[in-house]
Amino acid sequence: MSEPVVETQDLAVQFGGLHAVDHVNFTLRERELRCLIGPNGAGKSTFFKSITGQIRGAYASGRVFIRGHDVTGWSTHHIVRLGVGIKTQVPSVMSGLTVAENLWLSARRTAGHEGADAAVEEVLLELELGGVARRQVGELAHGQRQLVEIGIVLANKPWLVLLDEPAAGLTNLETERLVAIIKRINQTATLIVVDHDMHFVRTLDSWITVFHQGAILLEGHADKVLSDPSVREVYLGTRA
Amino acid sequence: MTVLGFGIGRIRWNWLAALVVLLAALPLVSETNTPTLLAIWALFALSLALMWGYAGIISFGHAAYFGLGAYTYAIASFNIGESTAPVLLALAVPALVAAVIGAMMFYGRISDVYLGVMTLLVTLILNRFMNATAGDAYRIGNARLGGFNGIPAFPTLNVPGEPDIEIYGTAYYYVVIVCLLAAYLIARWILTSAFGRALIGIRENEQRMELLGYDVAAYKTAIFAMGGAMAGLAGCLFANWAEIVTPSVFSLGQTAEVLIWVIVGGLGTLVGPMLAAVVLGSLKLALGHQTVIDNSLVLGAILILVVLLIPRGFAPSFVVWRRRFAQSQVHRRQARGTRRRHVALQETKQ
Repeated sequence: MSEPVVETQDLAVQFGGLHAVDHVNFTLRERELRCLIGPNGAGKSTFFKSITGQIRGAYASGRVFIRGHDVTGWSTHHIVRLGVGIKTQVPSVMSGLTVAENLWLSARRTAGHEGADAAVEEVLLELELGGVARRQVGELAHGQRQLVEIGIVLANKPWLVLLDEPAAGLTNLETERLVAIIKRINQTATLIVVDHDMHFVRTLDSWITVFHQGAILLEGHADKVLSDPSVREVYLGTRA
Repeated sequence: MTVLGFGIGRIRWNWLAALVVLLAALPLVSETNTPTLLAIWALFALSLALMWGYAGIISFGHAAYFGLGAYTYAIASFNIGESTAPVLLALAVPALVAAVIGAMMFYGRISDVYLGVMTLLVTLILNRFMNATAGDAYRIGNARLGGFNGIPAFPTLNVPGEPDIEIYGTAYYYVVIVCLLAAYLIARWILTSAFGRALIGIRENEQRMELLGYDVAAYKTAIFAMGGAMAGLAGCLFANWAEIVTPSVFSLGQTAEVLIWVIVGGLGTLVGPMLAAVVLGSLKLALGHQTVIDNSLVLGAILILVVLLIPRGFAPSFVVWRRRFAQSQVHRRQARGTRRRHVALQETKQ
């Protein structure tokens, strides 16, 4: 079995009396596609932020390893420089710049000045964003902005991609396209996808980790997990 | 290939050449004392426009670096004599101070409002301190700080390596103009480089740039130091123009004026704030000759009017107006063409 690329040991995040992430031990292996699911407030996004250095310091305890590096307490930009691409829950784009400029800023850091232009063209082609390349991102519809943010992540050529709620606010057609894109990314990179849209997660047909009240409730393949009564209870709110 | 402009317009070399000719010929038709001062203020405005307009760093205490440049030059020239090293120190000291303050603020993750307050505090502290240095004990080498009265009669700018050949009058005007043009070209070069583009990205979305692996605090510290160096140069040139440095260079008025120049000229442009500094600076000098209206009231009223009527400032609004005018001309031509074709069609039918 391959070495874990992401590993947390006893990871906990506490805001006052609230245990947002409750001593989580999590392992992700090379080229895996893992979905983190759970109802609102289950701790998925907080867990996501704590492994990407967005939450650290006094709030967090435990250890986080990425490809063997102990990244506990590292700032986000240091973690990203290991080759990690992050898409946030709320689309985080540079609204006043064009789509191409957004992608260029991402590609420039890893591909250099000359390589950046080629990387931008590649992503524009892959995500079919060529038609809006010169448009300001702030002018685009929500679905396109989501796609631009995924493009920004890809232009950085990461080997580990973390997507927080990529399907939020997308139409069915856009979601189908997103599933195809995620599967394509997974051919070369390891992925964590955080979402609570059961239909979207089922379509990804991957290994799933279910969060509930900050802790891992269950792990397994989509077929098994999504039909599990305890997961249904959690989603329907009948389980304490 | 996709065009990447990052909101920075192309440099119009023909306009720049015409401006250079105009500025070069100005001493033939005018005295140079006032134009020199206006050019120094334009340089000061440029330094804030660069870091506020493009990196999104608002500094309510930009006068601190202007004043540090002025004082550093005065103190160093008293001690060194020849002006080359004092000029370089007048750039280096404000840059270093800005780098230290910037690093503390940006790595300490101090947000915009607190950042403004902190920079303002630095200026006020320097102002208070320099005012309190009246005694003979307050001296650095040969230079007495002089408290409220400041430092007068220090050796002014000379030809590098020739301390006996002073640069003043028209020659000094040309030195200031060359500094201003060089600073403008350097600022543009910074903005069109990968570093400048990253700064623009940071202005647009700091979190996203951090998520792309950029060390946002390092970028902001670097541009803060560059802005400090540029303001320091303006301060140094001001000291040479005035031939005296007083604590008023750290005053609230000085800080407020440069903010107003940048707001009125327009954030996100370099030319706008420089022009605003020249126009509003001229107005200030003109108003200085009368006692009916307080100068600050007029500047304040202009600021309020600009914020209410053209919140983007003059230069960006001018670009929008020009674009709209060009579009309306195109539409008018198209409509005229359609009308002509319609009339021709009617005539053909008849």
